[in-house]
Amino acid sequence: MLDATRKALRAQSAHLYHTETFGTVDGPGVRFVAFLQGCPLRCVYCHNPDSVDIEQGERRTAGSLVREILRYRNYYKGGGVTFSGGEPLLSHPFVAACEALLAEEGMESLIDTAGLENPEVAAEAIAGAKLILLDIKAHDDALHLRLTGHHNTAGRRTLAYCEEIGKPVWIRHVLVPGYTLDEEALGGLAAYLRPFTCIQKVELLPFHKFGEPKWASCGRKYALASTPAVGKDQLDWAWEIFAKAGFSR
Amino acid sequence: MFVEGSLTSDINVRNFIVRNFIPYDGDESFLTAPTPRTKALWEKCKALLEQERAAGGVLDIDVETISAVDAYGDGYIDRELELIVGFQTDAPLKRAILPFGGIRVVEKSVQAYNRALPQDVRKVFDYRKTHNDGVFDVYTDEMRRARHCGIITGLPDSYGRGRIIGDYRRVALYGVDMLITKKREAKNELPRDMDETNIRLIEEISEQIRALQALKTMAAAYGYDIGRPAHDTKEAIQWLYFGYLGAIKDQNGAAMSLGRVSTFLDIYAENDLQAGKYTEEEIQELFDQFIMKLRFVRFLRTPDYDALFSGDPTWTTESLGGMCVDGRHMVTKSTYRFLHSLTNLGPAPEPNMTVLWSPRLPAAFKQYCTRLSCETSSIQYENDDLMQEKFGDDYGIACCVSAMRIGKQMQFFGARANLAKALLYAINGGRDEISGEQIAPPIIPIQGDVLDFDEVRARYSDICEWLADLYVNTLNVIHFMHDKYCYEKLQMALHDETVLRTMACGMAGLSVVVDSLSAIKYAKVRPIRNEQGLAVDFEIEGEYPAFGNNDPRADRIAQDCVRRFMNRLRRRKTYRGSKPTMSILTITSNVVYGKKTGNTPDGRKKGEPFAPGANPMHGRDRHGPVASLASVASLPYNASEDGISYTFSIVPAALGKTDAERESNLVTLLDGFFLEQGHHVNVNVIDRDVLLDAMEHPELYPQLTIRVSGYAVNFIKLTREQQLDVIRRTFHTFL
Repeated sequence: MLDATRKALRAQSAHLYHTETFGTVDGPGVRFVAFLQGCPLRCVYCHNPDSVDIEQGERRTAGSLVREILRYRNYYKGGGVTFSGGEPLLSHPFVAACEALLAEEGMESLIDTAGLENPEVAAEAIAGAKLILLDIKAHDDALHLRLTGHHNTAGRRTLAYCEEIGKPVWIRHVLVPGYTLDEEALGGLAAYLRPFTCIQKVELLPFHKFGEPKWASCGRKYALASTPAVGKDQLDWAWEIFAKAGFSR
Repeated sequence: MFVEGSLTSDINVRNFIVRNFIPYDGDESFLTAPTPRTKALWEKCKALLEQERAAGGVLDIDVETISAVDAYGDGYIDRELELIVGFQTDAPLKRAILPFGGIRVVEKSVQAYNRALPQDVRKVFDYRKTHNDGVFDVYTDEMRRARHCGIITGLPDSYGRGRIIGDYRRVALYGVDMLITKKREAKNELPRDMDETNIRLIEEISEQIRALQALKTMAAAYGYDIGRPAHDTKEAIQWLYFGYLGAIKDQNGAAMSLGRVSTFLDIYAENDLQAGKYTEEEIQELFDQFIMKLRFVRFLRTPDYDALFSGDPTWTTESLGGMCVDGRHMVTKSTYRFLHSLTNLGPAPEPNMTVLWSPRLPAAFKQYCTRLSCETSSIQYENDDLMQEKFGDDYGIACCVSAMRIGKQMQFFGARANLAKALLYAINGGRDEISGEQIAPPIIPIQGDVLDFDEVRARYSDICEWLADLYVNTLNVIHFMHDKYCYEKLQMALHDETVLRTMACGMAGLSVVVDSLSAIKYAKVRPIRNEQGLAVDFEIEGEYPAFGNNDPRADRIAQDCVRRFMNRLRRRKTYRGSKPTMSILTITSNVVYGKKTGNTPDGRKKGEPFAPGANPMHGRDRHGPVASLASVASLPYNASEDGISYTFSIVPAALGKTDAERESNLVTLLDGFFLEQGHHVNVNVIDRDVLLDAMEHPELYPQLTIRVSGYAVNFIKLTREQQLDVIRRTFHTFL
């Protein structure tokens, strides 16, 4: 890499919501997780509702973030870095820059995203990730709208794009009682996902309420206050539906 | 049966091990379940443990007999079931009195359990002086004051200092007769100039020989002649255990560690397996029975002592694994067998299982250890790569984190100095922030509305200089007297004649000092003074970088604190030419230290516990466990060679989604921490709710074990205050 290129990459910047040094649930192995500010979706179950505004949080350059990550590199053998959010692909030039700088140091990145309407704009960031964790909120468009305030095109287009370029994907899907924890919805999703060869794994994530206090602190009403968290039995039940479609846990 | 040349005519256990041991790369699938005999005996043990708990923690005390290596006859739980025999007194869990450290402490302990010393026992000490008497004959007023106000606490001036590991393997490998012969030879070869040094050494060797003879007598009471070497696995374990048992009959030391025995014993086990003498089940049975004995080690201690070091610890520390200097790893099947007792008998705090970790250890073993950690929270890990460089490949851990070459090195245990209090003295002109008493020589108190970093640090240097001087001098007195009145004759008989001695100082309150200095430097700290002009509280305006976030601004202050204090200790003259070292370790005393220390400039309130060991303060590490580990790993081991203790607690869900993921993530974390030069980590994988429930229903959790600074305890044996402290500490959870 040319010095000038490296310098330009280091100067890329974005607003950071939070960093976690011991990520064990966002991709394989132990990972550094950089949560970026800014998200177009307004998911009712969002556990970081204070991360949706792209102008909030600390502005960091790719150079400073990568420098921080490299201080921990010995802890991430077999793991790496996850860019999450918020919606990290809103800051795709920053993510792509970090990925390139990390790759130069032999560290692998992945992106935890809900996708973009036009994923090609983030082609560089997607290419630089070893794996995409793609959050499919719902397959049914009406349900998606009810859950997130948006149509479900971003996730679908991003998945199609990954299929086209052969980028490995892990699908993540949150089971929310009253929304997605539903036989028809799950069956529809499983059927939709089945043909994709880029999908390596599906993760069904039980809805939890750890984010609830954050809603109050940013002055918003939490619509799921009376929704119960999802237990093991419901998770097993959901998995049976996916298993029928040929997915394994 | 042993490799030729491995049994030399001089004492060299390491040579024997290195030439004979067989590294084991496989996994745990060869391990066997407990035998019916093991189960039956363990049931009896559990019943006794329950009786002990129901009796308020102490089942029985023999107040009639002054303990000594051969003071008791034999004792059993069930002669039919016991393959490995021997108790400290004539019955299991019956505690002995060991008054040579201090008769008053024994009287207090006996009284605490509603008993009294008989006249004839008490009368002995009208004529016979103890270690404690000796120390107080010499203590200066200043030493007494420093001890009283708690700037130096936990000193072994009234109890046995411990932290000496006899090389108990020598008993098995050579037999006691040869050890006696060698000691006689050594005595004759000593220089003939009868100066103080030589007179003392010659007298000590005579004491050692007598102790070895007593050891033979004690074993004979159980029907064994340990004059000769052990011939098979059963004998090797029994002989070795007799050595250890002799030590704990002779000394009520704060930490009575076992050393590094499992790979040594594996050589016998491999021989017997190959010769068809024992099956795997039988070998495991011997290990399980040995562990049961180690779980029954008991000392009589006072309630004061329990408040400092809670949970009835004995620090029967066994060091497992590690790398050989020749590049092979030292994990053997018996390393697994030793750890497997946690499965066969269930978790327990003792023996204190200590894995000497290197990223180069075999992957299967690493995964096995982390699996056990996830299941039992009973293992601590220490950096073998770091220690091997200084201590070779036949060192063991005494107590929690103190490495020493086995049979070649001992330490003078020095408890710790309270550096958080020292910082307050620096601000308050040497006066105690709680009593107002002038403890250090008067210096000018810090004036002004806002604390100035350079000024505070300069005064803090002055106070530390005074403190280091007083501290080492106090330790010199203590260890002179301990050698004189309470010499560890049997443990030292299982050492070379020429040993390296360290003066093992320690510090408490590191993260409080660091955060305080950081607050003074990066935020605005206003002292609030009382009528006497003492700064008794502090107002902080603004944010400051706290230790535990891998923030170099705070971490550099921490490294600096450690190096500077160690350098002050290095400049002191020490008793018996011992080498000054330091640990950052509090055990559970962080609670008591906190109680005795006023409000501090970091925002910690008067009476609140310090963080244990080198841990960041509770809740101030905000960037996840790796950032916290990275800060601790940045502390210089070279300036804290007696160990740097870190306690890590995490809820299972935050460690990974599945058992397999949790185990491998923990391996990754340990590899990372030790590659980054971290020294020690206790690992707890447990839900906070379990602990809360155990506080309410202790009877349901008889074996619930957790790791606190440097050792493991039965959670239900902690005081309520300490239980709350453990629960309040940072538990790494989900985002």
